[in-house]
Amino acid sequence: MNNRSSLGSKLVASPYIVWSVLFIIAPLIFVVYYSFTDAAGNFTFENIMSLSKYAPTFLRSIWFGIVATVICLLIAFPIAYIISQKTEKVQRTLVMLVMLPMWMSFLIRTYSWMALLQDTGIINNLLGKLGIDPVHMINTSGAVILGMVYNFLPYMIMPIYSVMAKLDHSMVEACQDLGGNRLTVIRRCIIPMSMPGIVSGITMVFVPSVSTFYISQKLGGGSFDLIGDVIERQFQQSYNYNLGASISLVLMILILICMAVMNRFSGDEEGMVI
Amino acid sequence: MKKRIISVLFALIVALAPCTAAFAAEQSEIDALKGTKLYVYNWGEYISDGVDDTLDVNAAFEEKYGIDVIYDTYDNNEVMYSKLKGGGVSYDVVIPSDYMIERMIAEDMLDKIDFSNIPNYKYIPEQYKNLAHDPKNEFSVPYTVGMVGLIYNTTMVEEAPDSWTALWNEDYSNSILMFNNPRDAFAIAQSVLGMDYNNESPAAWRVAAELLKEQKSVSPAYVNDEIFLKMESGESAMGPYYAGDFLTMQENNPDLEFVYPKEGVNFFVDGVCILKNAKNKLAAELYINFLLEPDVALANAEYICYASPHTEVYSNPEYSFYQNEILYPEEGKFKTQLFLNLEPEILALMSTLWDDVKNHVPSTGNGNRAFFFGGETESVISDDGEAMTPEAKRYALYIGIFIAVCLAYVIFRYARKKYRENI
Repeated sequence: MNNRSSLGSKLVASPYIVWSVLFIIAPLIFVVYYSFTDAAGNFTFENIMSLSKYAPTFLRSIWFGIVATVICLLIAFPIAYIISQKTEKVQRTLVMLVMLPMWMSFLIRTYSWMALLQDTGIINNLLGKLGIDPVHMINTSGAVILGMVYNFLPYMIMPIYSVMAKLDHSMVEACQDLGGNRLTVIRRCIIPMSMPGIVSGITMVFVPSVSTFYISQKLGGGSFDLIGDVIERQFQQSYNYNLGASISLVLMILILICMAVMNRFSGDEEGMVI
Repeated sequence: MKKRIISVLFALIVALAPCTAAFAAEQSEIDALKGTKLYVYNWGEYISDGVDDTLDVNAAFEEKYGIDVIYDTYDNNEVMYSKLKGGGVSYDVVIPSDYMIERMIAEDMLDKIDFSNIPNYKYIPEQYKNLAHDPKNEFSVPYTVGMVGLIYNTTMVEEAPDSWTALWNEDYSNSILMFNNPRDAFAIAQSVLGMDYNNESPAAWRVAAELLKEQKSVSPAYVNDEIFLKMESGESAMGPYYAGDFLTMQENNPDLEFVYPKEGVNFFVDGVCILKNAKNKLAAELYINFLLEPDVALANAEYICYASPHTEVYSNPEYSFYQNEILYPEEGKFKTQLFLNLEPEILALMSTLWDDVKNHVPSTGNGNRAFFFGGETESVISDDGEAMTPEAKRYALYIGIFIAVCLAYVIFRYARKKYRENI
């Protein structure tokens, strides 16, 4: 009996296992292989050693990623809370509205931001009509971060919302019964209980923000080189798979470290709930 | 409108024309190719495709020979090269630029073309044959030629520029565009410095990289085809690009003008080649020959807007760009240089220097501007990379503060928990 069910579960899991071996494990092995070999296929540490010159790019990417993630969190948390307070029908509509932009290609949306933000763009034209001096927005670090926040915001809202929608309301009521005002209820009850959503939201925004490359090229005018741009160039322009792979490897390790720290942090928080 | 009617006429002519050319291959061999597939890899927007009543070249070829054309596009030579080199794809026909043709010949990626199957090769004039990248002209057939120049918006510049140094002019900060690929960007710096584009001296490339870093003080936007949007909408004052594309932009914004800077410009030839592992070589040769049919070449020249190396096209008074001064300037009027393949070490150096340029953040003062424009020759070349720029230090500081705050919060929570447990 036990045997059969484990066979069944293996069968059910097999498509995913095959998928992940082919498209996750195997590419990872290639990344590691290329990182430690030179063009001729000999073992070398040279790629990894040469990465120190990209330190400024790494730092810039991580900082932009942190800023975008924090802004996303600040915007997404109230939105998710408000949505979860509505009736089910309204909730469904609002969630659809959050997802709506994702029906269109990410590339096209980013390209459109370029037309919106440029000096002769729609926003500056409107400002001009209102008699306000044009603001230089395109090709600034602000524009890059705006692009990240805009593109990755739904990934923050959705996990927080889905946790909040399933919150045990008796907990919230208990908190209110014990004399907590609205702020206390949010601070001591809702935030700790929605921590799993917040953590996965942070992961889902931070990881793509750090490794993005298209946004920085279009909205940053290519002047805010992020680590994703460098990696893309190694593969597409320079045909230097070895350097590209080693940058990717280091980036992956950095992100893994960040995630491990985050998970520690959240585990600690959940412990505080009760 | 005139253009359209002409194209319709040509479409008819092509459809009706009997097979006039004399191929070395037997008619039966050609017939045997019916139903086979031909894989073509070309630049985007680089063939007349039937939009707006133009001639659909691939469809016309399919109709004439019964060979299916599988057509893919790329947006630069390097992407094409990486795709082919990375394996997993197989094409018959590619259309790389000069220096890439030379590189692919050197790496044994191209197959010799059997010119006896390409009788229309007679339309290519001597001046475009046997160029340095393919000295015996065995591997490529010129498809388009062109030059790079400076596009500017007459309403935004005070006086018409005639030099590449305009791209370093601080009066136009934030509205200057620059090539987002190393080879073309370096060529501009090399022109300013009076260097050879195919310089083999690493020191010379470093000097050019310094000049490109210097340009960061005018905050150029590094663009590829976004240049169309930025120039046509009047967003940017000037930017370097290909002459043929300027004509397209000018149709949408008549304020735009074009100049070939006096320091010299890049002259390029894109050639049709057959890959070594081509599975359908005879069909590939038929295709190349078909591209050289005078009416097909004319339709392509009208569509692409680049100069054509085809005698029957540029000497045809019906052609929209007949004797156009930008596409077909007098020979020898402007200084031009061809890109050639670079040694692997120089290519690798160019890539790292380009990473440095993209990464560079200008210091607030205009420090060594004088070095390049004041004519001094003292060396200020730094070694590769900049370990920690002030900007990087700032980001490191921010990240450090962020982590410290997070840590402090966690420790505070932990301490409070312990404290409360003890009560």
